[in-house]
Amino acid sequence: MIEISNLHKSFGDNHVLAGIDLSMAKGESMVIIGGSGTGKSVLLKSVLGLITPDSGTILVNGKDATAGDRDAFLAQFGMLFQGGALFDSLSVWQNVAFRLMRGEQKLHKDKAREIAIEKLRRVGLKANVADRFPAELSGGMQKRVGLARAIAAEPDIIFFDEPTTGLDPIMSGVINELIREIVVEMGATAMTITHDMSSVRAIADKVAMIHDGIVQWTGPIDQLETSGNPYLDQFLNGRAEGPIEAVR
Amino acid sequence: MDIFLTPFAAIGAATLAILASIGRVVMYAAQTFMHIFRPPFYPRELAAQLLHIGYFSLPVVGLTAIFTGAALALQIYAGGARFNAEAVVPQIVAVGMVRELGPVLVGLMIAARVTSSIAAEIATMKVTEQLDALVTLSTHPMKYLTVPRVLAALIVVPMLVAVGDTIGIMGGYLVATGRLGFNEAAYLQNTYNFLEIMDVVSSLVKGAAFGVIAAMMGCYYGMQSERGAQGVGKATKTSVVAASVLILAANYILTEAFFSA
Ligand SMILES: Nc1ncnc2c1ncn2[C@@H]1O[C@H](COP(=O)(O)OP(=O)(O)OP(=O)(O)O)[C@@H](O)[C@H]1O
Ligand SMILES: [Mg+2]
Repeated sequence: MIEISNLHKSFGDNHVLAGIDLSMAKGESMVIIGGSGTGKSVLLKSVLGLITPDSGTILVNGKDATAGDRDAFLAQFGMLFQGGALFDSLSVWQNVAFRLMRGEQKLHKDKAREIAIEKLRRVGLKANVADRFPAELSGGMQKRVGLARAIAAEPDIIFFDEPTTGLDPIMSGVINELIREIVVEMGATAMTITHDMSSVRAIADKVAMIHDGIVQWTGPIDQLETSGNPYLDQFLNGRAEGPIEAVR
Repeated sequence: MDIFLTPFAAIGAATLAILASIGRVVMYAAQTFMHIFRPPFYPRELAAQLLHIGYFSLPVVGLTAIFTGAALALQIYAGGARFNAEAVVPQIVAVGMVRELGPVLVGLMIAARVTSSIAAEIATMKVTEQLDALVTLSTHPMKYLTVPRVLAALIVVPMLVAVGDTIGIMGGYLVATGRLGFNEAAYLQNTYNFLEIMDVVSSLVKGAAFGVIAAMMGCYYGMQSERGAQGVGKATKTSVVAASVLILAANYILTEAFFSA
């Protein structure tokens, strides 16, 4: 489904991605973990073409992601941005229904609003937030609106950049379950970035750990504890000593 | 050796940087105009911008114009008195307002009011990843943000200039008839007889050009914004300065084109 090979990206002399290789199959839920600033968000944005990589190839369904019809390519994707990235000039439901009312579907306003409210309900938001503006919501609520927008058009591939950061533990559980449901029921392919180990266990089929610009370990979730990989072990146990320098 | 060459290298680098940025702006403008004619179109966005750029700018345009027209009448009267030519007030106010001050003042007011708000809004969208979000939702930021703003300015700023010209002339009229003893009917008649079609056409063309410059600079610098609040501040400042300078430069070029004999 998604095939990333030898991906490089630097910002000036900051070499963020230094040869990422990663592949995921259709209907799989991949979770990416790694320290802050290791380039996880940059990786997702590179796949979407929001950041142009320096070198390397990205294949989606066997086709080069950088070539061909951008609209058709992006129509397969939903993306939850780390910061929410809600349009603050539009109300909450118009944010969620943004793609539904435009593009190929062009649903009528009432129908689109109905779907938006249903998606908001799935992320634990009541219908009365639909007409508010993003700036009037709490951080965690904004995150969930972003999540609702990412899943609104029922895309084939969904990227979640830290979906549970800033949520309370109960709401985190709800969101973890929702992501799992989307993968299982809708057959979507999901790539999730998270720092939350309970999310990893709830969501992942496969895990990839990124450090120093490359994938240090990747494998199925049930091998996470027994990998023997020093980077992964240090990360999972939250130790300050190990191959990952704690003071950077 | 280096001590002698360094200043030249610096000048050369600066020149190249300026040329490169002019090139980028021109490319950006060319892309915008291509997108104007290619679907999808966003009529709702256009309507919102017409209201925002046009209607809501009326108060500031009216106030600027009336005071300028009034001051102009006083100056021309005082200046004209030095060689017994006080009577030219209506004619000179009309020409001065319509050919120059109307379009330039409206252009600068739009740069202050509209360019800054466009740049700040789009720059904020950029730094909060809203532009990226637009792209992932299959919406081209240029079509959705730039085209409606530039098109709205193209349509509505000439109208604002027409309003500004008229109110400016009225300002002159009020001072001339109220304070300087001009006859009401004769003043208007003189104004009307003196103005030529070309004066009005040049005024509206200038308005259209200045409107496009103002909106385009706001969008361009907004989308170029660097990260963080500082990036937004810098984008806003640069856009207003660039729009103002370009408007004054374009005014000179258009004046040459219309009126150099
Ligand atoms: N547009 C950009 N311009 C310059 N540098 C950038 C840009 N985007 C990201 N970076 C740099 O790339 C590195 C990786 O950033 P990224 O956002 O991918 O980190 P991350 O792994 O998602 O971290 P976190 O877990 O904290 O979100 C950082 O050092 C960051 O400063
Ligand atoms: Mg990140």
